[in-house]
Amino acid sequence: MRRWLLPIGLLAALLGAWQIAAGSGALADLLGLESFLVPSPAEIASALWDNRSLLTENAWVTLREMLLGFGCALVLGVAFALAMHLSTTLRDAFGPLIVASQTIPIMVIAPILIVWFGFGIGPKLAIVALICFFPITVNALAGLRSADPEAIKMMRTLDASRLQILWRVDVPTALPQTFSGAKIAAAIAPIGAIFGELAGSDSGLAHLIVQDNAQLQISREFATVVVLAAMALALTGLVALAERRIVTWR
Amino acid sequence: MAAKAKGFAVAEPLPASTDASGTSVSVRGLGHSYGDLRTIERLDLDVPAHAALGVVGPSGCGKSTLLELIAGLQEPTRGELLLGEAGDPAGRLSRCAFMPQRDLLLPWLSAIDNAALALRNRGVRRAAARREAGALFERFGLAGFERAKPAELSGGMRQRVAFLRTLVAGKPVLALDEPFASLDAITRAEMQEWLAGALRADPRTVVLVTHDIEEALYLCDRVVVLSARPAKVVTELAAPQPRAPERDDAVTDPAFVAIREQAMHALREASR
Repeated sequence: MRRWLLPIGLLAALLGAWQIAAGSGALADLLGLESFLVPSPAEIASALWDNRSLLTENAWVTLREMLLGFGCALVLGVAFALAMHLSTTLRDAFGPLIVASQTIPIMVIAPILIVWFGFGIGPKLAIVALICFFPITVNALAGLRSADPEAIKMMRTLDASRLQILWRVDVPTALPQTFSGAKIAAAIAPIGAIFGELAGSDSGLAHLIVQDNAQLQISREFATVVVLAAMALALTGLVALAERRIVTWR
Repeated sequence: MAAKAKGFAVAEPLPASTDASGTSVSVRGLGHSYGDLRTIERLDLDVPAHAALGVVGPSGCGKSTLLELIAGLQEPTRGELLLGEAGDPAGRLSRCAFMPQRDLLLPWLSAIDNAALALRNRGVRRAAARREAGALFERFGLAGFERAKPAELSGGMRQRVAFLRTLVAGKPVLALDEPFASLDAITRAEMQEWLAGALRADPRTVVLVTHDIEEALYLCDRVVVLSARPAKVVTELAAPQPRAPERDDAVTDPAFVAIREQAMHALREASR
């Protein structure tokens, strides 16, 4: 109870202070701005409601980029981790390259991908997958390699094949750490989608933000940010929920 | 929680091992090193089929390595190891079940699925494997705990599930590495009595490594005392026969006490 009440109470207090400061026009005066440029939480909430169909439409675009990119990274990351776990040659070959891939600045890559693949979902998906791939692969591989060598010996005396040891010992051992990687990936997936859309897009929440900013639609811009944050939270929550359902022995 | 050892008297035979007449273990001029570190100097041991050999020695003297060699998990540097006719690692692996010091139950599997691992590894379907392993749960004082996860079991129960897992593998030779070392004194005594009963009902060839001389003399026919690393046999003792079935009677028998003190002395000498 306390775990929920404290942060919710703090959030309510902050929103209340913001409401008073912005609603009275004091905040806009302080910043020397027109009051419509400094919306109050109530105005943001009504912008959220008034633009619900526009926001839903664009949120769906961004959500799809996030989910598909994250899904691709999860499948590829786990597949790479398994391959590198089973083959020392593959591990030695790919390991340094995967670490090096992290040094590629995504802001620089994003526009190139837009040039190559256009304004559609493709480049966004690639960018999200690219940034999600690393935490998933690295954590899954570390998890696979952390299996208890004594348990593996025990399985060998119980006539287990290499694949049976992989499935019955290595993979379950790796699950908690793989989920840790997936949670990090889920938290950064929206960032990838936003970079992709900022580099060039005709729809999506980041596309909307750029338009709103140009048109000084500040309350709708804030409303868009709220939706984006909610989506990021939902995706991390979804991964945490899956972990609780799957890793039941902890 | 742990059922009393006397509660699960063994009546029916345990899962049949792959050959009824038993498999002998023969160790000839065995030597082993990890790189420059010599763990085993030279060992000659003979365990006839269905006999039990206890191995005691100072900490770190290579006792566990000896068991891993017998079980086919490692290869000797010198000498020969035979389980029945088999000398190659694969042949030894197929004849020897290994029970490690820690129970090593897989935390994500229920007690029954842990016990049935060997069957599942051999391709037996889950339902059939559970039925076969489950038939033994009552006799092991584990009835009602089939679906429990290892974390929900007491230390003694976990150890029994681990032993059940070793027996279900149906192998003629059991290599036991301090199977009861992690248990409290009372549970350990119960488990020793229980294991003695289980082996009387279903004899296997046993090599038992332990720190506990009393345990070795109570459970085994013969006990060898090994020297500090690199290991060699310091002395070999025959356990007093016949032994009372009740552990308390057996270990307080004057003949038992005399041999225990003799072994203790040898072990102290070996540890110098």
